[in-house]
Amino acid sequence: MAELALIFVGSVLVNNFVLVRFLGICPFLGVSREIDTAMGMGMATTFVLVLSGVATWLLDYYILAPFGLPFLQNVAFILIIASLVQLVEMFLQKTSPALYRALGIFLPLITTNCAILGLAILTVQRDYTLIQTIVFALGAGVGFTLALTMMAGIRQQLQFADIPKPLEGAGIALIIAGLMSMAFMGFSGMIAM
Amino acid sequence: MANTVLVSLVSMGTVGALFGAGLAWASRKFAVESDARVDDIEEILPGANCGACGYPGCRGFAEAVVAGAVPCDGCPVSSSEAAALIGEVMGVTIDSNSERLVAIVHCGGGHKEAKEKADYVGITDCRAAAIVSDGSKGCEYGCLGLASCVKACPFDAMSMGPNGLPIVDEDKCTACGLCVAACPRDLISLAPVNKVVHVLCRSFGRGREVRGNCTVGCIGCRACERACEFDAIHVTDFLAEINYANCTNCGECVAKCPTNSIIIQGDQVTVAVEQTVSEQISEGARAN
Repeated sequence: MAELALIFVGSVLVNNFVLVRFLGICPFLGVSREIDTAMGMGMATTFVLVLSGVATWLLDYYILAPFGLPFLQNVAFILIIASLVQLVEMFLQKTSPALYRALGIFLPLITTNCAILGLAILTVQRDYTLIQTIVFALGAGVGFTLALTMMAGIRQQLQFADIPKPLEGAGIALIIAGLMSMAFMGFSGMIAM
Repeated sequence: MANTVLVSLVSMGTVGALFGAGLAWASRKFAVESDARVDDIEEILPGANCGACGYPGCRGFAEAVVAGAVPCDGCPVSSSEAAALIGEVMGVTIDSNSERLVAIVHCGGGHKEAKEKADYVGITDCRAAAIVSDGSKGCEYGCLGLASCVKACPFDAMSMGPNGLPIVDEDKCTACGLCVAACPRDLISLAPVNKVVHVLCRSFGRGREVRGNCTVGCIGCRACERACEFDAIHVTDFLAEINYANCTNCGECVAKCPTNSIIIQGDQVTVAVEQTVSEQISEGARAN
């Protein structure tokens, strides 16, 4: 139990996917203009992270490892993630239009998010069990949402700031991302992972 | 070695085929019947997703049209031809006699004309300036000049002129009305594109007050009302306003206006240039 808690805290704060591992930078900069959309994107990503984490774990455990095909990991994971997200999108559109409207636009974007593939590869590298994988994915998702929401909050405030002309837009966003990343680096060493 | 190749081919092939079949099955099983007309209408719409219709983007509008919630010509941005095409999709005919509108800014008090009462260095947004100090101009009705309307325009049809007043590019303007809503002073309205006579003032102040603040403000003298033969211009609360339905672009009121607050569009630039030239000449004369 303590180990699971460590994995969770570790993936939320210490090894935050966005700010420490630099995975999923694209939505971090692209979908962080408003807190609402950032939250939506975070939720959707968390959802896909857990789902694809489980799916890739199953694939690795029952197919790739027994047949001795670890070199196929990347290809197989991408295949699984892409089809899974498609499936989920269709399923949501049919069964829950409300949820689809909330997450729908983000789902295709998430398919190509490197955080998802990164999680799949990390879990295999660390020989996590299924439960550990789920907790790890959940933590990664929460960490991603946290980073995105914080960024969105800062950027909303930033609209009223007097930013030097050449730094407007992407420039200042990258500087903020760097500062936030440095702040999160302060957690490193708290938990050895 | 050959064994590994075979195993990977078979296993990946099976997984791929399984997922492919799963997706194919799901696409049939979870298919959502979407009305083909929605796609057709979305195709016709401008696709700027400006939201001027009040729906979330062009697709939202298309869905609303199909659902019958809005009329086919409900898109304020589309041309009348586009509305007719949408009508065709929906199987109704649209009478397209509605005239194209463009935005017009009813303030002529630029840097030279309007007196400044203070320097404003706060957030560069008209709404913010209006709240803080009623803006930097002496005139409490005039353009704040911080370009909120320009920022609101999704069609790049507005820009700030050298005199600190926004300029509307009539070719690009689609009359979506976003600038009208953005202006805290309510200075922008939509007028038919073929009407060229406009009152460039929205000041309800009395003559004395207006004259003190601005050289081109409407003082409510009613000279235009008397000059107009078509009952197209009326002064209420010390402000002239044109009824574009009656206006014939004759320009009588423009000639009679003592403060030049009524203009014929297109002549504006030449007037400004003439003024500068005459100023330069007089300045030159003084220097001599």
